[in-house]
Amino acid sequence: MLHIKDLRASIETDEGTVEILKGVSLDVPAGQVHAIMGPNGAGKSTLSYVLAGREDYEVTKGSVTLDGVDLLALAPEERAAAGLFLAFQYPVEIPGVNMSTFLKTAINAVRKQRGEEELDALAMLKRIKATCAKLDISDDMMKRAVNVGFSGGEKKRNEVLQMAMLEPKFCVLDETDSGLDIDALRVVADGVNAMRSPDRGFLVITHYQRLLDYIQPDVVHVLAKGKIVKTGGPELAKELEDKGYAEFLDEAA
Amino acid sequence: MSISEKTIATVADMAGRYEAGFVTDIETDKAPKGLSEDIVRFISAKKDEPEWMLEWRLKAYRRWLEMPEPEWAKVEFPPIDYQDAYYYAAPKSAGEGPKSLDEVDPKLLETYEKLGIPLREQEILAGVQDRSPVAVDVVFDSVSVATTFKEKLKEAGVIFCSISEAIKEHPELVKKYMGSVVPPGDNKHACLNSAVFTDGSFVYIPPGVRCPMELSTYFRINELNTGQFERTLIIADKGSYVSYLEGCTAPMRDENQLHAAVVELIAHDDAEIKYSTVQNWYPGDFETGKGGVYNFVTKRALCEGRNSKVSWTQVETGSAITWKYPSCILKGDNSQGEFYSVAITNGRQQADTGTKMIHIGKNTKSRIVSKGISAGHSNSTYRGLVKILPKAEGARNFTQCDSLLIGDQCGAHTVPYIESRNKSANLEHEATTSKISEDQLFYCMQRGISEEEALALIVNGFAREVMQHLPMEFAVEAQKLVGISLEGSVG
Ligand SMILES: Nc1ncnc2c1ncn2[C@@H]1O[C@H](COP(=O)(O)OP(=O)(O)OP(=O)(O)O)[C@@H](O)[C@H]1O
Ligand SMILES: [Mg+2]
Repeated sequence: MLHIKDLRASIETDEGTVEILKGVSLDVPAGQVHAIMGPNGAGKSTLSYVLAGREDYEVTKGSVTLDGVDLLALAPEERAAAGLFLAFQYPVEIPGVNMSTFLKTAINAVRKQRGEEELDALAMLKRIKATCAKLDISDDMMKRAVNVGFSGGEKKRNEVLQMAMLEPKFCVLDETDSGLDIDALRVVADGVNAMRSPDRGFLVITHYQRLLDYIQPDVVHVLAKGKIVKTGGPELAKELEDKGYAEFLDEAA
Repeated sequence: MSISEKTIATVADMAGRYEAGFVTDIETDKAPKGLSEDIVRFISAKKDEPEWMLEWRLKAYRRWLEMPEPEWAKVEFPPIDYQDAYYYAAPKSAGEGPKSLDEVDPKLLETYEKLGIPLREQEILAGVQDRSPVAVDVVFDSVSVATTFKEKLKEAGVIFCSISEAIKEHPELVKKYMGSVVPPGDNKHACLNSAVFTDGSFVYIPPGVRCPMELSTYFRINELNTGQFERTLIIADKGSYVSYLEGCTAPMRDENQLHAAVVELIAHDDAEIKYSTVQNWYPGDFETGKGGVYNFVTKRALCEGRNSKVSWTQVETGSAITWKYPSCILKGDNSQGEFYSVAITNGRQQADTGTKMIHIGKNTKSRIVSKGISAGHSNSTYRGLVKILPKAEGARNFTQCDSLLIGDQCGAHTVPYIESRNKSANLEHEATTSKISEDQLFYCMQRGISEEEALALIVNGFAREVMQHLPMEFAVEAQKLVGISLEGSVG
């Protein structure tokens, strides 16, 4: 499903070019959930942005394919249409644009690119209502501007709502668990688990083992200083919880 | 394709992006080129006007000759050669003024159909076109060619006709009100208009009447090198209400076209006028700025009566140059003025627009919300004046001016003047300037929305507070127009 090969990416800063991803390789087969853990500043969010096609980062080497499609050759909206979804670590506020307009625009934009017919207002409303109910999101929230004044937890739930509505093939979740209370964590995890299917893959970025109790990963990777430094089973997450990242920071240095 | 490559491609394909840019091939009856007393007489004679009207025009013309050009606005253009333009052009088939729709030249009807203006009363009433009925006065170059729903409005006592017709049919009203809010000598553009105005709309709502439908006027400049001098007069008598909308388009021309309009509104006791504009004149060539309409407009409302209210809403997306300050003179106690504006400039456009709120009466209130969006190499200025006179006890104003910049080649400026001569006045002013957020664009694009559509979505969100004041039937059109006018501005 998702193949990342020797991916290197850098960013232009005032002090010159800084390489952040230093050769990341990763394979997530369809139907699997892979977790990425790693210290602050390791490059986890950068990886998610590069996958989604953010312009600020320059890919200097490597390749990314999703079901054989070369993602790096596509514009961000084309990657979304190809089935890539990113739940942002910091969801963005868009004043004056209400949630239902936003969802409608996004869903129809994706459908159009996929050669499907646009949904009419009624069908759209029904879908939004059903998905909101599942994720314990009030209808009122759909009338509010995108993420404006949403609490931290509401923002994260809203990311999962969009994920459910856009029916992606592959989901990247960047710290969707941080900022959630215990009940919300369960709602979000249920939402993700409900989407698990043999033809969908997930990359779950998190700092906490707790999320992985709810969303059982098949594989856990450790990303440190722009590289995958260790890969293992679910037990690796538990080990990290006890020991921290000290050993990898030394190794990678 | 990377985002910037795609943008370049979009820009390259931009020829013909101004959808209203076609020319109607129709025989016209024109005045000789240039401006003189004879031309003023020619126009007046064409319109078969009474002597008093001609005298009024000639007085304005003589005054105009002496007046200086206003030069304080932040717009740049070469001096206008007033002798190099035509001041009157009318489709030959228009003959003696507006007719019933069945008699209107099919070529004209076709033009408006192409522009999406609903004119066929029968079909509208039968619900063939899915909008609520709107009465339309149609001004093509210098003449009104048709006014719809006149009979139905007459039943309610509402007068809705072209200004030319009003001069003949309702001279007492025209004499009383024309020039009472914008005197001919107000400024050079208004003075020129007073001398050579050709057509526009006249509205009178009798006491206690709520106008049964939206009224609108659709202005179209078709002829080459022809100025359009719109004159509109709206009177809302005691306790009445009217909502009026004007729309404007012009063909793509390499030469600049002048549209110098004067609009006067009068609201008596407890009356309310809601005046909305969706201005989409040809903005000139996207790359070079060649051509486009000079939109020099004087719009002013007199809130004459107690508790009267006037609300201006404008969405300005077109024109090479916009020079326009819809204003309110708040004379009646407790009267209210509002100004909601979205001005979008792109390419080489320049806009200097804003409002004046003159508080004269007690407890008068005004509210100004201006949203300026600049893209490309364009420049946009908000210029406003809030003036509180000594007797305006308890006056209140709230002003909010937000500017949004797209790219780094454009400019946004805010020039708010405040003059308060009454200590009890309560004035609030807020202003912000921001750049279009890459985070917002990327967030939308990650959800599958193209960059151009994302931009339109974000800008419409930015302008929402204003857009929501437009009549429902026009809000959707205006939102689309926002998207169209921003084409080619990202990357
Ligand atoms: N736009 C930028 N300008 C400068 N430095 C950047 C930029 N984006 C990322 N970086 C740097 O790249 C490194 C990786 O950042 P990234 O956000 O990917 O880390 P992360 O692993 O997601 O961390 P966290 O766990 O704190 O979310 C950091 O050192 C960060 O400061
Ligand atoms: Mg991060």
